[in-house]
Amino acid sequence: MPKKTVREAINEALRQEMARDEDIIVIGEDVAGGAGSEGQRDAYGGVFGVTKGLIGEFGEERVIDTPITESAIMGAAAGAALQGLRPVAELMFVDFLGVCFDQIYNQAAKFRYMFGGKARTPLVIRTMMGGGVSAAAQHSQTLYPMFTAVPGLKVVIPSNAYDAKGLLIQAIRDDDPVIFMEHKLVYEVTSEVPDEAYTIPFGEAAIAREGDDVTIVAFSQMVNHAITVADKLKGEGISVEVIDPRTTSPLDEDTILESVENTGRLVVVDESPPRCNMATDIAALVASQAFDSLEAGIEMVTCAHTPVPFTPALEQLYLPSPDRIEAAVRKTLK
Amino acid sequence: MAISAISMPKWGLAMEEGTIVEWLKAEGEMIAPGDDIVEIETSKITNVVEAQHTGPITRLVAKVGETLPVGALIAVVADESDSAADIDAFISDFQANFETAQETAEEAAGPETIDVDGQLIMYEEQGEGDGLPLILVHGFGGDRNNWLFNLDALSADRRVIMLDLPGHGGSTKNIKDASLSGMAQTVLAFADALGVDQLNLMGHSMGGAICLKAAEMAGERVARVFTVCPAGLAAKVGNGFIDAFIAAERRKGMKEAALMLFSDKDLVTRDLVNDLLKFKRLDGVDAALQALRDGAIADGNATPVDLSEVAARVAAVIAEQDEVIPPVAATPDTVEELRLSVGHMAHMEAAAAVNDAAAAFFKHDR
Repeated sequence: MPKKTVREAINEALRQEMARDEDIIVIGEDVAGGAGSEGQRDAYGGVFGVTKGLIGEFGEERVIDTPITESAIMGAAAGAALQGLRPVAELMFVDFLGVCFDQIYNQAAKFRYMFGGKARTPLVIRTMMGGGVSAAAQHSQTLYPMFTAVPGLKVVIPSNAYDAKGLLIQAIRDDDPVIFMEHKLVYEVTSEVPDEAYTIPFGEAAIAREGDDVTIVAFSQMVNHAITVADKLKGEGISVEVIDPRTTSPLDEDTILESVENTGRLVVVDESPPRCNMATDIAALVASQAFDSLEAGIEMVTCAHTPVPFTPALEQLYLPSPDRIEAAVRKTLK
Repeated sequence: MAISAISMPKWGLAMEEGTIVEWLKAEGEMIAPGDDIVEIETSKITNVVEAQHTGPITRLVAKVGETLPVGALIAVVADESDSAADIDAFISDFQANFETAQETAEEAAGPETIDVDGQLIMYEEQGEGDGLPLILVHGFGGDRNNWLFNLDALSADRRVIMLDLPGHGGSTKNIKDASLSGMAQTVLAFADALGVDQLNLMGHSMGGAICLKAAEMAGERVARVFTVCPAGLAAKVGNGFIDAFIAAERRKGMKEAALMLFSDKDLVTRDLVNDLLKFKRLDGVDAALQALRDGAIADGNATPVDLSEVAARVAAVIAEQDEVIPPVAATPDTVEELRLSVGHMAHMEAAAAVNDAAAAFFKHDR
């Protein structure tokens, strides 16, 4: 099977779905690039080139470069979805959420409920997140805990290329608003990806590594750190199970609970500040549903409660690292 | 007695290396052909290597946990007349030659696709020799990789081609004609496209019925048909597995379906279940499987192939623990029969026995 990066997998998913269904449109800042300057068309395809080539194939009626106004992008996309299109709107960096949150959490997320189940909002919001590239405090947050907290939104955070393609196609075919969050450091992660279209259902965790001694639940790029740790500890005879929920809403509680019932030990790794995040959420889930299975205290590996530092040295201290994850695993085994 | 090498097996074209999980024989212990010697894990599967030699296993070269490339030396069989120095010399010779071979080895060709009646068919092949070419046809929901334990043994004296049926693996998911004769026609047209004239066929389960049907349609062109747990011999084959496989959307349901395939339930690993789900989730697969259920499998009531109309010699492996196609009490007199106490995936669970029987059956095919 061919190997592809997450960037290629997302581009392929968009391309295949747009070819299949002409109601699908892409809208956002620089999704084509160089708008308004004829010679620069398709120069970018998004900040990281994820949507590159789409305007050439599908034209500017379906690949819409917008002015820098997130509230207009999300408002237009939510309205278009209500009217029967299937927009894939891009919020360049999730940190810009603040200026368009009403359109997302108070409008799109609630249309189906407020209109008595008669409205459908097949909207996908693609957005970049995550630290590790010194993009500073306003371009490095994860923020998926905020979306996860809102009923009516589905939240997808893939960690590899196979999942990214299948989950994005599922998101596009879904009739509810979906937040699809792409970590900047995950774009270059490579895995085997079928050329054909396929879907992965929401609410089904992947088990990235099987193990019997300790369960690690991790999200997005943190899954790749957890795999590094699991593979290292395997050499010492410590068997670590790595669970990648893939979607935080809906959340596959069963797979997490079954794993902890087997291992008795839990480490949650979340690239978010420590309060009210997915680590506290999973810890609460396990403590309330599987307390009797626990043989050690639950360990949470998270960021510090500060803005994301710009300085590379400080940013590396801020982010969960394989070393910190390994130390947390060892602590549960003491 | 000559000193013999036991080397890392090649299970499937994609296998590059394997890890020693456990030695099932101790150094110095006697082995005979068919004995389980060592358990090896690959990225796809864990399986046992069976002995082909007789004698004491004098040296376990590979240690537990060690990962070695395909073909690497893992143990040595010798006897008392061979001195320790002879064995040392044999090992260092082998290692030196192996290193050279590794450096000059060509990359595996990888799968190819070919157009067959408007369907893109993916296939892989291996081997050459005097034997008639052999096409391997997998069963419902399977793909060419189901033959990973058989390809090496079968291709020792002939060209062996494994295809993905339409609706499966890397082939077109849109099946042109999902009836039994339609699928048989696709296999024959596939052979045409590859320039293969006279040939042998080997098929598993639904693939067995497809091979028998193809032999009926092609007359003298098909010399011999070796079937493993075939549909097509009995009137009622049942559709419990088919329906469970079609209905499975998540790991739990798919695991329940996969458990019906093996008598050794430990073979149903999470990786195997995940691979089946990845296949099922491709666009078009559900429709293809449903079309086969209604077509070639005819809701579990497939009309058996009329063997009196088949010119080819036919052999059948009947698995006594088969939960998918219940083992027939007796096969027609014209069928060479081998009964094995394993499950539906007999060519995986009892690979050595199936390979030996198939190799012997195909040996005198001209």
